Amino acid sequence: MISANLSAIFYLVSGVLFILALRGLSSPETSRQGNLFGILGMIIAITVTFLSTSNFSTGFIFVLIFILAGGSIGAFIAYRIPMTAMPELVAGFHSLVGLAAVFVAISAFLNPEAFNLGSPGKIKLGSLIEMSIGAAVGAITFSGSVIAFLKLQGIMSGSPITFKGQHFLNALILITIVALIYLLCSTQSPNLFWILLIVSFLIGFLLIIPIGGADMPVVISMLNSYSGWAAAGIGFTLENTALIITGALVGSSGAILSYIMCKGMNRSFFNVILGGFGATEEMGSVSNKEQRPVKSGNADDAAFLMKNASSVIIVPGYGMAVAQAQHALREMVDTLKKNDIKVSYAIHPVAGRMPGHMNVLLAEANVPYDEVFELEEINNDFANADVAFVIGANDVTNPVAKTDPQSPIYGMPVLDVEKCKSVLFVKRSLSPGYAGIDNDLFYKENTLMLFADAKKMTEDITKNL
Amino acid sequence: MEIDPLIFRLSIFILSIFVGYYVVWSVTPSLHTPLMSVTNAISSVIIVGAIIAGLSGNSESVFNTSSIFGFLAIALAAINIFGGFLVTQRMLAMYKKKTKDKK
Repeated sequence: MISANLSAIFYLVSGVLFILALRGLSSPETSRQGNLFGILGMIIAITVTFLSTSNFSTGFIFVLIFILAGGSIGAFIAYRIPMTAMPELVAGFHSLVGLAAVFVAISAFLNPEAFNLGSPGKIKLGSLIEMSIGAAVGAITFSGSVIAFLKLQGIMSGSPITFKGQHFLNALILITIVALIYLLCSTQSPNLFWILLIVSFLIGFLLIIPIGGADMPVVISMLNSYSGWAAAGIGFTLENTALIITGALVGSSGAILSYIMCKGMNRSFFNVILGGFGATEEMGSVSNKEQRPVKSGNADDAAFLMKNASSVIIVPGYGMAVAQAQHALREMVDTLKKNDIKVSYAIHPVAGRMPGHMNVLLAEANVPYDEVFELEEINNDFANADVAFVIGANDVTNPVAKTDPQSPIYGMPVLDVEKCKSVLFVKRSLSPGYAGIDNDLFYKENTLMLFADAKKMTEDITKNL
Repeated sequence: MEIDPLIFRLSIFILSIFVGYYVVWSVTPSLHTPLMSVTNAISSVIIVGAIIAGLSGNSESVFNTSSIFGFLAIALAAINIFGGFLVTQRMLAMYKKKTKDKK
């Protein structure tokens, strides 16, 4: 048993180690060390919690059993999960943080003595407010993440689900939550606590269903942020510095990522959250669809174009992840490099289903990270490149975003792919992308469409090089 | 008049938000996915609350409604801690290998 002051200092130390863990991610060289700081911080926090409890009863053994049980499941998942499934995994993990926060809040509500918060029915007001906020945000994180997980996993359709009066209903529920917290704090009634949890689960569900598949980067970042605020809320209840610091870090981290993702789509946060983007726009584009000629080619043509190029820029998108084409792509690039062709990769901020999704896949395929560039770094190079190889991306290359103020994606930063001498576009069909609008790039003079599965086409091109 | 300890916690919270803000902006975009998985892992430090809850039972009865929720929370947080840190490690290892390959 160590004193409360000493354990508070150790919690502060682990909070600082968590800051260093995030700091390490500023470059790939320091990131691994950063992760070790994070692990160390966690070990300190858990050890101190054990040492500061006076109750070394049989319960202690059960704590260890549950840690080991959960830990082995976690470790098993971490080693088995394919890199392409990372967005689902992160969404799933968010839901667990949310649910854990809810469980801790329930436990503290039922047995406040264990946490020094007063007695049942007489919980300290401040603690009760913090507890109910933590529980509500945790519940929203849980149900929202479950929906995000189901959508990413394809169990639930990725298209937005909207109905009349949706925003009104959501607003009503949010007001109800605030009212419930107020009533709960004045009456301390357990029934209100349970109702609060149920209503919060419901709103998490309702908030995420209207958001479409390609907006998932924003949703995942947002839920990341929520999981942080939930942890902070519980941290205030437990008066635990490590938890408060971590909650604040994770909360602001998720908020910044959401901001970056929204910027990448030139949409306001509220526009994304209110949802229904894909569904409404699709209607509009069907009517004015016209038949325009496209040039399509095969692997042989593509190989010929690339062989005669001196520089090639590759633009990967979600389609590459779906087709698991990253390794085939890397092999193609190896062959190109053997022919002294300069190859670089251009990543749009919202390519894929989560922030940094494409970078991880390319890293998995052993692409050196110094060949991979962000939009601002590489956009001027398209004008000097010979071939742009677009694989599984669509809306992020659409020049309409720069030319047509009527377009729903007008103003979104896009990769200037059309400035290349020639464009190779690997796609299964001419169908429009997520935004539901035609890509002008398909019909350009210098575009060659390669209609095939991304992985198969890339392999065929390699054979023909 | 004495200052409520809550104010100190609130100060820590607000300052940590600012620290988080500057630290996260310095994270390179190519590491945004590891950033999400590692924030996932560290937010599971909520396990400290879960452990206190799990140990709230007495020596005669380890399990009561409150401690059962605590144990469940321990398991969930542990999945996240091990899963989150290990998957981050796995991803970051891939980034590292490549620089070596290249140089």
